[in-house]
Amino acid sequence: MADQTTQSAQAAGKSDAGYWAANVRIILISLVIWAICSFGFGILLRPMLSGISVGGTDLGFWFAQQGSILVFLALIFFYAWRMNKLDREYGVEEE
Amino acid sequence: MDQFTINLLFVGASFALYIGIAIWARAGSTSEFYAAGRGIHPVTNGMATAADWMSAASFISMAGLIAFTGYDNSTYLMGWTGGYVLLALLLAPYLRKFGKYTVSEFIGDRFYSPTARMVAVISLLVASLTYVIGQMTGVGVAFGRFLEVSNTAGLLIGACVVFAYAVFGGMKGVTYTQVAQYVVLIMAYTIPAVFISLQLTGNPIPGLGLFGNVESGEPLLQKLDQIVAELGFREYTAHHGDTFNMVLFTLSLMIGTAGLPHVIMRFFTVPRVADARWSAGWALVFIALLYLTAPAVGAMARLNITEQFWPNGTSGEAVSVETIATDPAYDWMATWQQTGLLGWEDKNNDGRIQYYNDASPAMQERAEAEGWEGNELTNFNRDILVLANPEIANLPSWVIGLVAAGGLAAALSTAAGLLLAISSAVSHDLIKGQLNPAISEKGELLSARIAMAVAIAVATYLGLNPPGFAAQTVALAFGLAAASIFPALMMGIFTKVNNKGAVAGMLAGLIVTLVYIFLHKGWFFIPDTNSFTDADPLLGTVQSTSFGAVGALINFAVAFTVSKMTAAIPQEIEELVESVRVPRGAGVAQDH
Repeated sequence: MADQTTQSAQAAGKSDAGYWAANVRIILISLVIWAICSFGFGILLRPMLSGISVGGTDLGFWFAQQGSILVFLALIFFYAWRMNKLDREYGVEEE
Repeated sequence: MDQFTINLLFVGASFALYIGIAIWARAGSTSEFYAAGRGIHPVTNGMATAADWMSAASFISMAGLIAFTGYDNSTYLMGWTGGYVLLALLLAPYLRKFGKYTVSEFIGDRFYSPTARMVAVISLLVASLTYVIGQMTGVGVAFGRFLEVSNTAGLLIGACVVFAYAVFGGMKGVTYTQVAQYVVLIMAYTIPAVFISLQLTGNPIPGLGLFGNVESGEPLLQKLDQIVAELGFREYTAHHGDTFNMVLFTLSLMIGTAGLPHVIMRFFTVPRVADARWSAGWALVFIALLYLTAPAVGAMARLNITEQFWPNGTSGEAVSVETIATDPAYDWMATWQQTGLLGWEDKNNDGRIQYYNDASPAMQERAEAEGWEGNELTNFNRDILVLANPEIANLPSWVIGLVAAGGLAAALSTAAGLLLAISSAVSHDLIKGQLNPAISEKGELLSARIAMAVAIAVATYLGLNPPGFAAQTVALAFGLAAASIFPALMMGIFTKVNNKGAVAGMLAGLIVTLVYIFLHKGWFFIPDTNSFTDADPLLGTVQSTSFGAVGALINFAVAFTVSKMTAAIPQEIEELVESVRVPRGAGVAQDH
């Protein structure tokens, strides 16, 4: 059953190499968001966000102390959901 | 009932709970016991991972470092959570697919080299031992306070308890014990924070209270910025330190998180590759509960402490020595003085304790006008803040007892887990795997115990004169893991780097980072053998705690260069790399 899925997926031009390329693309996009929210908004770009005030301070401070953590959580759950879907699209999920 | 008895009750009850669960879990069949990692839901597994992960550094030390530095120490918050993204995206699913159960085994197999495995084991030992030193610092603080003895006595007693706890052993392997430890730990951390947030801002959620308003309607952070600035300290929310170092430090903590064996190992045992992806998320959910609260704990404690020393406002009279001695609201000062981690001195004999920044020129002027002779709060160890916090805020005694139990749970579980990792690395990987494969089971067990005893003796000795506060020492351990293990794992999955490249890379990363740390913190962390300090580091503004990211870069660069110049990987390793990249065909999870 699982072999059939694999074969039909491969017949449809969906190879392991294609799966890996798609995975790497998702990882790269996620890591760009990861870096922008922590190193970017939290540290390097903080001066740019200083105009946006949040509870007595600015948005950069919020990203550094809380926002980045919430983004990290969202990223991991997004990746798990997206990859488990990708596994099925390429027929490489576990039996 | 006095506070001491209440603390004893809470600590005793929490220990009875852990031991009770361990015994209950053992009563089942052997297969049930081993299946713990497999049959367990990713949510439960995430909770156990969180307990494993959050140590004295997170619980006892981190909020104190944030409280006294403010924004600049947000690095700990981002670093110790951001690493889970790397773990979930770059390592966990592939290592689970690989299916063996230790990090060094993966490195040994993927780089088809016993040498690579050995270098990985040594890197893990160096990082874990450094990590234990940080834990022992926290254990000393917690036991010192809880038993009302000096920090040194607390550390020695704590070392014995940790040793017994680790030898008792199996406790660590039982997921449900860790779930209980997590529950105790998170309640101990959040309940006092909720009380304090309600007192100060009226908001029961500390993370929201941090950005809320105090009674006067003024935002809490704005008020904090103002009063600390009035005492000559740096504004809490402003950025003061070096930006480059801040980025490097955060990156080191993140990479290190994804390179520490005791966290990675948990993802080897989840039922399926898909679960490895979810598990990292659930672990971070439970970690985030503490990490979203920690910045509030820090800021609110700083405000409370400052207001206690300046009850009439920063321009009024400071608190009097008599008030400290007689007012019950100041009882915490006498209790903490016993540990030697808190100190004050009425230098100018005016009967008051002036707490201010005596390095600030503006404050020096005011001091001259008012006849002050320097900051009179002479010692406030950062590591006491979280444990002292409920006392400072005058919370009920049961909350104080709960915090004592939580601090001990955090420090003991991680310290014991690391000792187990060290002892199995020495007895299983080093001695049985390399030096003496014919060793008897008894001999292996004995060498494990000896390794554990040596590790704890070394950690205790160095813990007496630690290279920094608990979280800073732990940060050094992360730097070492970042420079050695993470790059090797990542290159093993994402590239076709060969055996020689991996070995050269790991050695280069580990040695350069270790030397850089020793140059700043003293050789083998022995005090006064350092040539540089983190205030004036060897390379530009790069502090020793931040060097892990540089070490990782060196590791990658050396590995790629050496790999390019030497033979390509054999066909079967090529196939192994292809195979870990797809979930299909993952075997049953390995038992520990």
